[in-house]
Amino acid sequence: MMKGLKIVVLAKQVPDTRNVGKDAMKADGTVNRAALDAIFNPEDLNALEQALTLKDKIPGTTVTILTMGPARAAEIIREGLYRGADNGYLLTDRAFAGSDTLATSYALSKAIEKIGPFDLILAGRQAIDGDTAQVGPQVAEKLNLPQITYAEEILDINGNTIIVKRRLERGVETVRGKMPLVITVTGSARECRPRHAKQTMKYKHAKTVSEIQEASEDYLQLYNSRPYLNIPELNVNDIQADVTQLGLNGSPTKVKNIENVVLQAKESKLIQNDEKEIEALMIELIKNHTIG
Amino acid sequence: MNNLFVFCEIEEGQVADVSLELLTKGRSLANQLGCKLEAVAIGYNLSEIGKQIFPYGVDTLHIVDDKRLEHYLTLPYSKILIELFKKEQPQIALLGATVIGRDLGPRVSSALKSGLTADCTSLEIGDHEDKKAGKVYKNLLYQIRPAFGGNIIATIINPDCRPQMATVREGVMKKEVFNPNHLGEVKTIDVSKLIDDNDFVVEIIERHIEKRKINLQAAPIIVAGGYGVGSKENFQWLYELAEVLGGEVGASRAAVDAGFAEHERQIGQTGTTVRPKLYIACGISGQIQHRAGMDQSSIIISINTDPKAPINSIADYTIIGSVTDIIPKMIKAYKKNTK
Ligand SMILES: Cc1cc2nc3c(=O)[nH]c(=O)nc-3n(C[C@H](O)[C@H](O)[C@H](O)COP(=O)(O)OP(=O)(O)OC[C@H]3O[C@@H](n4cnc5c(N)ncnc54)[C@H](O)[C@@H]3O)c2cc1C
Repeated sequence: MMKGLKIVVLAKQVPDTRNVGKDAMKADGTVNRAALDAIFNPEDLNALEQALTLKDKIPGTTVTILTMGPARAAEIIREGLYRGADNGYLLTDRAFAGSDTLATSYALSKAIEKIGPFDLILAGRQAIDGDTAQVGPQVAEKLNLPQITYAEEILDINGNTIIVKRRLERGVETVRGKMPLVITVTGSARECRPRHAKQTMKYKHAKTVSEIQEASEDYLQLYNSRPYLNIPELNVNDIQADVTQLGLNGSPTKVKNIENVVLQAKESKLIQNDEKEIEALMIELIKNHTIG
Repeated sequence: MNNLFVFCEIEEGQVADVSLELLTKGRSLANQLGCKLEAVAIGYNLSEIGKQIFPYGVDTLHIVDDKRLEHYLTLPYSKILIELFKKEQPQIALLGATVIGRDLGPRVSSALKSGLTADCTSLEIGDHEDKKAGKVYKNLLYQIRPAFGGNIIATIINPDCRPQMATVREGVMKKEVFNPNHLGEVKTIDVSKLIDDNDFVVEIIERHIEKRKINLQAAPIIVAGGYGVGSKENFQWLYELAEVLGGEVGASRAAVDAGFAEHERQIGQTGTTVRPKLYIACGISGQIQHRAGMDQSSIIISINTDPKAPINSIADYTIIGSVTDIIPKMIKAYKKNTK
């Protein structure tokens, strides 16, 4: 019988950039970013499913969610708990604001060192707000661990040997690695299971320290009698991070300029079926970054 | 020193197109900066590889030729690049935004604490003034990319750390031979002391070609066909348009029922609901059950022979005409105006 694994899933709360409907459009045709829903990054859910599958298979396995973000990102941890995770940590501090992927990976790696060790660190391949696919490999490098990116399925685990199917551009590749290691999971992997009714009841009232500031007396009583309702928060001091490697200071890349893309034509246009007009349409779509 | 480096991906002895595109771009950026263009090739049996790389104007080609490095592996490849970059101090390093480049780039940039911008759609040289620090930076690499699901275009810079690293997808830059007879210097790197067994803890057991599942909801661009497309053969045009634009093919129920497309592609009330950035409805009348699954798309183009088709009333652009006549024109115009 194999001994249970300790798994951490890195998850991010992201604006739902894939579902920019007409309702999230401003009059000038650009996106009102504040109007987008905050969701569990889709590929992080794929990663969570891989973790939960291992938990089903190997008794004694625990799944921890680690998310970095503002106070409201506690929602991501609750969502993970509803679906079957065992616990979660919210990594939150003003000092993290403005972090690029490198500074983010540094903070996450320090948090993992603090709450670990883990046999497996799972993450989504990339987050839909940035699409960079950098955090997984950078966390691996910071922790000096091997990595398997673009994973579609964990096929087998035996002792500390793990076999993973990867999704490449034109095919698939099966690789064998040794734990501990970092795996990033791609969107073509199995979808995450839905919320579990019992878990949802159990963790509905789970809150972070920041969130209980506004709680009632009754709630505090409940909270204090049920330790599992406490979602621990970690700040810069807790993870003993070097502040010069965090936030804007710790980010080698800077945003010089942002241009809003105009996604919507002002009115319906009739295009004649001739080469010139069709070319003009394609040029317009290329120019406004709809295609190309 | 402080040159521009391009990592060349090699698959079965062939340098990947994306790498040749980066060499083309790299050559022109290097000219602008007055520095040299250097390339890195890692793999096995590379004695002839220079023939493919030098015509793109490469001044120095670094070759690592080792049986164990025949296929890409994260740890040894990243170790080699990290060591090389520490020694050569490039000012810019470019990689393809491929599975390999997106596995390797972040690992290298993390070790060098250099920063990396993924999936750039344009690279330019420019200056930057940091008003707060009262500093002017000359000749930085502007790394221009869409972010936020393509809703914004950001220009990213990397003022202080080197190399300035960026990845670019295949097909974004143009590929152009600089001079077919150009020859540069070859430097072979001996890695026998650098890499050891620990770098091979992750090993490839097997590789094969396998088709991806259809994922309409993740597609930023959908080319959807209806009964008006006419046949399964005509649907090929939709696949071709989707391929060049980087999108997926969807279908109406009437098209699925007629056997023009698989059921997984159906969009609408009894199919998938999608909200892509661009929805191109080809020969779809736009009945309410279909619209329910796509009317929240950001931009809708309708191609239809009937000017009064209901779909046109929700379309941002309507092209009146036959699908098989219009799509080839779109493909041609797109190809002509990109790269
Ligand atoms: C309960 C229920 C659920 C349904 N669910 C769905 C659903 O999920 N999805 C869905 O799509 N439908 C659904 N339908 C069916 C729906 O009502 C329509 O029948 C269907 O969407 C019509 O498909 P169509 O537009 O491809 O075909 P048609 O309505 O036949 O339209 C074909 C269009 O092609 C145009 N055309 C013809 N030749 C050409 C040419 N050469 N070039 C360009 N244009 C041309 C015509 O002018 C016409 O506008 C549902 C119906 C019911 C009752």
